[in-house]
Amino acid sequence: MEVSDQRLQAATFEAIALPLFDQLYNFARWLTQDTTEAEDLVQETYAKALRGFSSFQAGTNFRAWMYRILRNSFLSSRTGLKTTVVFDEEEHAPATPESSSPESLLISEVTRETVQRALEELPVYFREILLLCEVEEMSYQEIAETLAIPTGTVMSRLFRARKALRGLLERRVEGGRHGV
Amino acid sequence: MACEAWRAKLDTYVDGELAPVDAGPLSTHMRGCAACATDALQRVQMKRSVAMAGKRFEPSAELRAKIMKSVAAKPRREIGWVWKIVAVPAVLVLIASIGVNWYAGRANTRRQHVYSELADLHVMALASATPVDVISTDRHTVKPWFQGKIPFSFNLPELQGSDFTLLGGRVTYLSQTPGAHLIYQIRKHDVSVFIFQDRGDEKASLASGPVHAVSFNVENWTQNGLRYFVVGDVSAGDIQALSKLLRSAG
Repeated sequence: MEVSDQRLQAATFEAIALPLFDQLYNFARWLTQDTTEAEDLVQETYAKALRGFSSFQAGTNFRAWMYRILRNSFLSSRTGLKTTVVFDEEEHAPATPESSSPESLLISEVTRETVQRALEELPVYFREILLLCEVEEMSYQEIAETLAIPTGTVMSRLFRARKALRGLLERRVEGGRHGV
Repeated sequence: MACEAWRAKLDTYVDGELAPVDAGPLSTHMRGCAACATDALQRVQMKRSVAMAGKRFEPSAELRAKIMKSVAAKPRREIGWVWKIVAVPAVLVLIASIGVNWYAGRANTRRQHVYSELADLHVMALASATPVDVISTDRHTVKPWFQGKIPFSFNLPELQGSDFTLLGGRVTYLSQTPGAHLIYQIRKHDVSVFIFQDRGDEKASLASGPVHAVSFNVENWTQNGLRYFVVGDVSAGDIQALSKLLRSAG
């Protein structure tokens, strides 16, 4: 992006950053699990992005850049700091190469609310990657840019996240069947 | 390939990220394998239900308004009349003080501007692979080279018996006026000599004499309608010596 002056830059930023507002808020709300915190996070993200827009590199993905700012702001927030320890542990966990089959779970039996509960229950690093992949429909490359991890790690973390979600859903469906 | 091997690729497949070289054969395999096809379908259903469940939170209208205001390209500030009462005298005082400072700082700024531009020209020439366009130690070669290239003529000194050597020259520009840039050497140090016409521009406002600017020693003077600058990282004494030689020739 060739941005010649400040006003043009601000106009460009407005034009490309505002359409992401609803999605960014949804993502922030899922991360923080709190309305006020999510609102603060989105405001902080826009303020930081506007300030740093001149350093935004042409040719890189703007959406991934915005999500990355939001996520980094979250990680340095009070709520986010609690999750970083878990992140580190997760990075050192070995990748699970075997395939897991979703056969035992009939997803049609699962309500939207149950999926939401399960997502809430997932650790942040699984929740965020699932949201980026399924809700934001980001490519592996975009997810890699957002989370600042290699594409290989995106695949293995996504695999583990799906497996964990399936496990939670199975338990919930089983529990429901037995009236628990 | 066995079903187990295909199933390891199913997630990547339903995410649309499997390379075509694998995706094609996998599609073919699923057409004949109900188990793998069902598995893929369930993964797609799972993706869809997460996508639906994930689109959950709507931002408030207040937050939307705040964000829109914060990123607006042209923020309009509505200042009430109360502010004007305070702002108008403040602005007048500010303008007055800027005016005073401007007069005081004008000469200084001009000087700094010219000197930093000269220092840039000097450093740029030294950093260049071809610091001079006419390469000669002979002043009778260097001086005629400038004929027709710059709108004035100048004299160069005889260097015999001094420590200086002439390396050559090039045409240069300072404040949009053409001039001569000569490079002399003394004890492996390069010294730039700039010669411009002395016209009523910012160069003319400079006081003659030695200056130490942006870590270079600079000497400047006017002679026969020409403004000379000698710039280098050598001692002030060497700059003076070269200036004296040039003065005697000009």
